[in-house]
Amino acid sequence: MLPDRNARPRAVLLLLAALAVGAGVAFMTLGAKGNWDFVLKFRGLKLAGLVLVAWAIALSTVLFQTVTNNRILTPALMGFDALYILIQTTLVALLGTAAVAMLDHNSVFALNVVAMALFSGLLFRWLFAGEERSLHLLVLAGIIFGVFFKSLSSLMQRLLDPNEFMVLQDSFFASFNRIDATLLGVSAAIIAAVSAFVIPMLPRLDVLALGRPMAISLGLNYRREVSLVLVAVALLVSASTALVGPVTFFGLLVASLAHAMVGNARHAVLIPAAVLLSVIFLVGGQTILERVFGFDTALSVIIEFVGGIAFIILIVRGAVR
Amino acid sequence: MIHANEVTKRYGDAVVVDCLSVTIPKGGITSIIGPNGAGKSTLLSMLARLLKMDGGSVTVGGLDVTATASDVIARRLAILRQDNHLSARLTVRDLVTFGRFPYSRGRPTLEDKAHVERALAYLDLGALADRYLDELSGGQRQRAFVAMVLCQDTDYVLLDEPLNNLDMKHAQSMMKTLRRATRDFGKTVVLVLHDINFASWYSDFVVAMKGGRLAAAGTVDEVIREDMLREIYGMDIHVHEVAGRRIALYYE
Repeated sequence: MLPDRNARPRAVLLLLAALAVGAGVAFMTLGAKGNWDFVLKFRGLKLAGLVLVAWAIALSTVLFQTVTNNRILTPALMGFDALYILIQTTLVALLGTAAVAMLDHNSVFALNVVAMALFSGLLFRWLFAGEERSLHLLVLAGIIFGVFFKSLSSLMQRLLDPNEFMVLQDSFFASFNRIDATLLGVSAAIIAAVSAFVIPMLPRLDVLALGRPMAISLGLNYRREVSLVLVAVALLVSASTALVGPVTFFGLLVASLAHAMVGNARHAVLIPAAVLLSVIFLVGGQTILERVFGFDTALSVIIEFVGGIAFIILIVRGAVR
Repeated sequence: MIHANEVTKRYGDAVVVDCLSVTIPKGGITSIIGPNGAGKSTLLSMLARLLKMDGGSVTVGGLDVTATASDVIARRLAILRQDNHLSARLTVRDLVTFGRFPYSRGRPTLEDKAHVERALAYLDLGALADRYLDELSGGQRQRAFVAMVLCQDTDYVLLDEPLNNLDMKHAQSMMKTLRRATRDFGKTVVLVLHDINFASWYSDFVVAMKGGRLAAAGTVDEVIREDMLREIYGMDIHVHEVAGRRIALYYE
């Protein structure tokens, strides 16, 4: 029995890694005509963007589900990305596009990220780091937060100058096709830093997944660990939302699939599996749609559709503990 | 020795535990009894730092539970609560291995693994070690959780209604195992129990609560008495001596 238990996750990870590499190669080479230098550079940037987004969404969802000890809530469902857009809108409203345009893209983003980490840290820490709350209450709170942040942003957007609004509008819809390339460097740095921070935490994440009473009984400083993870989640969501806009159900889809595929719950296996699945879906999906069918923007719609169905299945199957 | 000093917990206006002081002696089995809503589980959670106190303090073996680092307490005291829902899918051995976390920080040594195997054997779980928890019956799962708590190798073990969902056979064997653990390893086991006859038969010390206050604390002979029980439960309970122990009859 023992060798079997370790062999299965390893085989799954190897298979997923092969598929992910395959998707990447297909994305870079399929249907390429003309100057290879240009093709590789152009597609390479896009590929890097897709991989970063896939990485950030998968990692943030798994981390979030672990500290909240459930399989249904994701950062997106709790309004994390709505909060990011609200902060972005507020910045533009306060500073004006002129000022925002004057500042360089990266420093506006940095400002955004810091505000996001601060606010979501406070807000979600209040919800999750204290004593246990019912999952139903959390789902409701998430929906209300989401709607509240969205309404507040749209109110502010209405008050904006139409020109300023135009600048902002692009970032409100998920698009894997128009990745904001100027932010690739900073996003990559954020995602790499968060990942490096998470690696030594892996065993503690396994304990956090047992739930609050057991985590405390086993000697974790629960409040501190949960706060750290929530800030990490906020950083990851900022990076992915800045690159492609809000994506609601994708994280849920890959996290659930990763749980189902690796079976046991060690985060050292679970997180790589989720990240690889996420890369396979985004890069593979984009390759198929763009190169095989010649569509342009449909990937986010399809992914949200499939993810939404996964969400409904999870709820109907009674994964709400 | 666990010492609670004027411990208080309230939710809004409702006081659940009201300025309660009690000393639980070291060694042996201590049962906490009392009617529903007496605050037994709340008290147990506060003793184990799971629940914030609104007043008072708790020391376990001389350490203040709220002031001492959580990982230091985790090597001194373990608690198992009543319902343990895991969102993760674990085998029995995985779960029991978590009991070594306060020592191994997630990297179990050979010594930790030996502890795990001993705990599995102690709870008679050897044959089930590689089964997943969701494939087990309620009683087997309960034993797996208790094995994890014993594997934590603490002087103090707190269990909230460990006999819940167990049939007579498993309830009896659970209590015998716990009593054996107090004798073999000198552990102090504190339980919340609903069945006063289990409390009477197996306990060395009994703490009775009513309405968030301490109703009585003492040996079985001091607490399992008709006048005391009437006071605590508000009903007529006859206490008989059977085989040298006190058995309460309250069915009629």
